[in-house]
Amino acid sequence: MELQVLLFTIFAIGAVTTALLTITRRNPVSSAMNLVAHFFMLSGLYLTMEAQFVAAVQVLVYAGAIMVLVVFVIMLLNLGKEQQLAERGNAVRQTLAFATAGMFAVMMIMAVVGGPSGKTALHENAAMIGTTENIGQVLFTEYLFPFEAVSLLLLAALIGSVILAKRHIKEEA
Amino acid sequence: MGAFSLPTSIPLDYYLILSAVLFVTGVVGVITRRNAIIIFMSIELMLNAVNLSMVAFSAFLGDVAGQMFVFFIMAVAAAEAAVGLAIVLALFRNRRTVYVDEVNIMKW
Repeated sequence: MELQVLLFTIFAIGAVTTALLTITRRNPVSSAMNLVAHFFMLSGLYLTMEAQFVAAVQVLVYAGAIMVLVVFVIMLLNLGKEQQLAERGNAVRQTLAFATAGMFAVMMIMAVVGGPSGKTALHENAAMIGTTENIGQVLFTEYLFPFEAVSLLLLAALIGSVILAKRHIKEEA
Repeated sequence: MGAFSLPTSIPLDYYLILSAVLFVTGVVGVITRRNAIIIFMSIELMLNAVNLSMVAFSAFLGDVAGQMFVFFIMAVAAAEAAVGLAIVLALFRNRRTVYVDEVNIMKW
């Protein structure tokens, strides 16, 4: 189990670093690249919990599909570095925003620290439930209805995004 | 061993604290950035932080439901990505900007 500790440390530090870089880089492309790295780190964290299927889907769907879309839009819009507004030096508002986020962080961490779960090791079935075989088994029996509902949602999103993003062609009378 | 010994396995609480830290990173991204695409990426950060705690609960409690939820959250995130980026494109086409503070047509 020592390997799990080592990998958790590496991936946790990597995930926090890349997340911070994502929200602080001025250039949107380097933000996006750090987010891709972040998704790989999360995938590694899922593997430390024996969730193989989720780890693979994380890389395929997030790092593969969603981030390609994001990078494509950034390139399409030809965005430069984000300038900071000079009159944005609204210190009170900035301080309030960070104070709120900080209190939220303290609240969530205290909730965990204040009531420890007592779970110190993975469940003995952890390696068994995360396999593609088991996930597929459960997905197509117990979760069949949500699965079909999600396909409907994806269809709606597909049609919606085409309608939103298409150019309005003037009607030729 | 000395006074300080390394843990032999990672408890659930560590994953939950990591997840909380990543979620707050996403929140800070949303409230501090102006670029709509980076705000969108910060929302993805928050979704992924929740996914992490879902997988952690699933693996530590031995229940597959958490990983099913992650699967559906990913599907919803993919739909959200498509629609969100289409909105950014439409916004850029109409207003020539992706900075949310310059868009105030819906502001009362």
